[in-house]
Amino acid sequence: MSLFLIAALPFIGALLPGLMIQAGRNTCSTWTGIISLSALIGLLVHAPAVLRGEVITASVDWMPALGLNASFYLDGLGLLFGTLILGIGCLIILYARFYLSSKDPMGNFYTYLLLFQGAMVGIVLSDNILLLLVFWELTSLSSFLLIGYWKHLPEGRQGARMALTVTGMGGLALIGGMLMLGNIAGTYELTELLEKRDLIQADPLYVPALLLILLGAFTKSAQFPFHFWLPRAMAAPTPVSAYLHSATMVKAGLFLMARLYPVMSGTAEWFWIVTLAGLITMVLGALIGIFQNDLKGLLAYSTVSHLGLITMLLGFSTEAAVIGAVFHIINHATFKASLFMTAGIVDHEAHTRDITRLGGLRHLMPITFIISAVASLSMAGIPPFNGFLSKEMMLEAAAHTYLGDNHWLVPALATLGALFSVAYSFRLLIHTWFGPVRDDYPHKPHDPPFGMWLSPAFLAILVVMIGLFSQAVVGGLVDATAASVMGNGAHPHAHLKLWHGVTPALYMSGIAVLGGLVLLALYRPASGIWHAVPRPDAKVIFDAIVGAVSSAAAWITETLHDGKLTRYAAIFFVFTVVVSWHAFSGGQGVSLPREPMQADIIPIIGWFALIVGTGVTVFYHRHRLLALVVLGIIGVIISLSFNYLSAPDLALTQLSVEVVTIVLLLLALNFLPEFTPRESSTARKARDLIIAGGVGVAVAALAYTVMLTDFAMPSIAEYHLANSHDLGGGDNVVNVILVDFRGFDTFGEITVLGIAALIIYGVTEGLLGSKVRQSLLERVPNHPVAGDEHPLMMVVATRLLLPIAIMVGVYIFLRGHNDPGGGFVAGLVVAIALLMQYMASGYDWADKRQRYPYHATIASGVIIAAITGIGAFFNNMPFLTSDYGYFQFPPLQKFELATAMGFDLGVFLAVVGAVMLTLESLSRLAYRRGDVPDEYPMDINPSRQPKSEDH
Amino acid sequence: MTIEFLVASAIGVLTAAGIYLILRFRTFPVILGTSFLSYAVNIYLFSTGRLIVGAPPVLQGYGDYTYTDPLPQALVLTAIVIGFGMTAVVLMIALAAYLSGGHDKIDMQDDASEDRA
Repeated sequence: MSLFLIAALPFIGALLPGLMIQAGRNTCSTWTGIISLSALIGLLVHAPAVLRGEVITASVDWMPALGLNASFYLDGLGLLFGTLILGIGCLIILYARFYLSSKDPMGNFYTYLLLFQGAMVGIVLSDNILLLLVFWELTSLSSFLLIGYWKHLPEGRQGARMALTVTGMGGLALIGGMLMLGNIAGTYELTELLEKRDLIQADPLYVPALLLILLGAFTKSAQFPFHFWLPRAMAAPTPVSAYLHSATMVKAGLFLMARLYPVMSGTAEWFWIVTLAGLITMVLGALIGIFQNDLKGLLAYSTVSHLGLITMLLGFSTEAAVIGAVFHIINHATFKASLFMTAGIVDHEAHTRDITRLGGLRHLMPITFIISAVASLSMAGIPPFNGFLSKEMMLEAAAHTYLGDNHWLVPALATLGALFSVAYSFRLLIHTWFGPVRDDYPHKPHDPPFGMWLSPAFLAILVVMIGLFSQAVVGGLVDATAASVMGNGAHPHAHLKLWHGVTPALYMSGIAVLGGLVLLALYRPASGIWHAVPRPDAKVIFDAIVGAVSSAAAWITETLHDGKLTRYAAIFFVFTVVVSWHAFSGGQGVSLPREPMQADIIPIIGWFALIVGTGVTVFYHRHRLLALVVLGIIGVIISLSFNYLSAPDLALTQLSVEVVTIVLLLLALNFLPEFTPRESSTARKARDLIIAGGVGVAVAALAYTVMLTDFAMPSIAEYHLANSHDLGGGDNVVNVILVDFRGFDTFGEITVLGIAALIIYGVTEGLLGSKVRQSLLERVPNHPVAGDEHPLMMVVATRLLLPIAIMVGVYIFLRGHNDPGGGFVAGLVVAIALLMQYMASGYDWADKRQRYPYHATIASGVIIAAITGIGAFFNNMPFLTSDYGYFQFPPLQKFELATAMGFDLGVFLAVVGAVMLTLESLSRLAYRRGDVPDEYPMDINPSRQPKSEDH
Repeated sequence: MTIEFLVASAIGVLTAAGIYLILRFRTFPVILGTSFLSYAVNIYLFSTGRLIVGAPPVLQGYGDYTYTDPLPQALVLTAIVIGFGMTAVVLMIALAAYLSGGHDKIDMQDDASEDRA
């Protein structure tokens, strides 16, 4: 099966549980299982090749410019982790079917679980480190969902938040580190990057990159001092704890260290940081674990300890240590997942996980007892179980490790860690299962149904099998994995066997077992001492840090964002000018090679009118109506300027937009105060003038410089000018760009315009549905209403003008492709013509004669434009490629038809609809109580028969 | 007086007027200000195609004609129309705020206590 499919299957499959839950819990879990199992089989198909030392790859360029490719590869390490993730995933899915109660939403659970599984598989198969980072973050997010699955439990929510904060923070650090690494190596593909050990380690950025990457790995794998989140994440349902927090997610950090081992390891920094973090975590986790009364709490600290052990082995950087680390990853996953599941069974059956309330369960739950006993003994490192073998390898490696000049510290601490490990393992075994049967369990326990103990039993069998026949069962896998961890063409050979002869490790092991049992015998006094000694509580510290950070953030936010929007705007403008000044003053000086054009008198008059108009608007802006009228004049001057400067299309558009904008503002002004009160102090005005003047001068200087400088590179306009006629079939290049060359942009534009109109419609609806409607109805206008609302002359004139205006619109539309004009302008012209009917004859009268809702007009415009675009597919061309031809129907002259005209029709309709919907919405606010709907277009109409009662 | 100077100074004056109005305390002047700023930005974008008189980008058949750069024109054309949409939406929001909030001030008021009351 392709690696793509293996990585994608869980994600695709994540949709299934949500659907299948409708068909019942069994169907739901079966389908989830089938997904996982298919992916597992797909992976294992590659196993023989990978074990022979081959590397399977699959790659697609995604965003090559960013170095981000969807490339996957499968080597020994990926195979090991993939098998763990998918294999244990299948077992967990089976277990969860029986674990979850009927009240728990199972569809959600399996969806989250598959999302998580997909993210994990993605991490271990990724070849591209950017892709790996994406999956890495996905595991943090999906595990957040899983830890907080029981949303009603506060500890679940808090644990999920803490896990997300810690691992998310580590994820950010990891992104930084990985980007540095990719930058040093010049590639983001792991397969290439892992070859560049010397280059990377010689780079000055090696140490920062290492620190950031380790921060990511340590937070994920709960290494000291980030170990505290893992026990809090135990609020999750037990299948999640077993899956994420023992077998898979917490091992992602280890995976990352192992993956980057070929290029990152072997330096003093690596040795000291990784070894010490692992050593401390191993000893500390084991010590805290002894005194946990919650079964899952004990297992969580034990997990922390074992993760520390593996980390420490990777820190040692020797071949034997790497083999030990790889082997222990397998062993830990088997016995710990099994233990978590049995702890879940105990919780499920006895309704408590508190060790002090348990004991004597071996008589009541014999099957579960056997499974748990096997796994516990393996965890303690008792032969012949698999935990013993890897623990021996760890002790052996530790016995040969010097910390600086010190040769006894590492072996002694390793033995101590093993001793604690024996103590908590036996505490779990003896305090839960042995002793007399009690009669005060919260619930009378008995063995669970077959389906529930099958998964842990399977793992327990593996524990025994790997212990007894280690070389035969996993020898090849360990070799292949260790080879890909070591990299650089190494061929490590693990000699996995139970009996290694009398070695230092055996002595240390013996001391650990005896010492652990003694410690357990002295559990009561030891526990008394432990609880008497004050210890820092990680949750308190964490909460204090998070609290301090969030109050600092709140302070900054409230100080900067005090709600004074004018202040934000002022800061923004000043900042922009300062930054621009900095950039400008750092430049190389400006030369203005282009020859300026001398202006004759007409442009100077226009300029003068524009400046005066702008000054008047600003000076009299408090008089809103006056300001609006002058604004309209300025718009007209700008339109004329466009025309003068060879932009007839812009002139037409500007002119017609100006009309609708002014009408719109006038309509709105109807509801707003007539005057703006004087509020600004003189100092404030002066300040604003300085800011505005500064920006104005800067922009003017920029524009002047741009206009008198040559293009830095040839303009793509040459292409448009050269091909407009031949490819687009039109002579008006601006229009051809709009409907053809850049048709996709225009398509977006009309969609946005339609959305804007719909927003306005929505806001109007909202207003009319709220209590504002009442005050609108009772509104008293600023001025008395004119006596003649619908002047006769205006009604007649607009009525006459309508067909002419529409004719003009059609003309502008049709000529648009070859002469100035086109859909935008035509749409605006027709909209204005329609608008005039509303203004002259009254809203009701006009609305009654309006057959097509404007929403539909917008929609039909967008759809017609889209269909025209799609039509290009039938021509075997990309979206929106236009076609044209020349036709002749006598007696007409030969004329041209282009498909772009269909697109332009869409533009036309969208513009008409959007403008009309906007203005119509505003008009609807104008109703007042007592308004009679306008039945007639004119108040006075001599031709109308006077009604009889008028006499 | 060169055309370039006229256009550049007009852009500057329109920008300054727009910014001055945007810094006022009420919604209506701010909307006028954004209109001024739209004018300025549109002319600026248009001017990046360099100014030329009497050479509209409408092809004249075969022959050696000069045409101005059509691309900024196409961009500005849609910008003008979208500018209308933007003005309309902002205006509508301002109007709704005025009608439902009872005032047209831009700055948020320190009326948390009023809200609570």
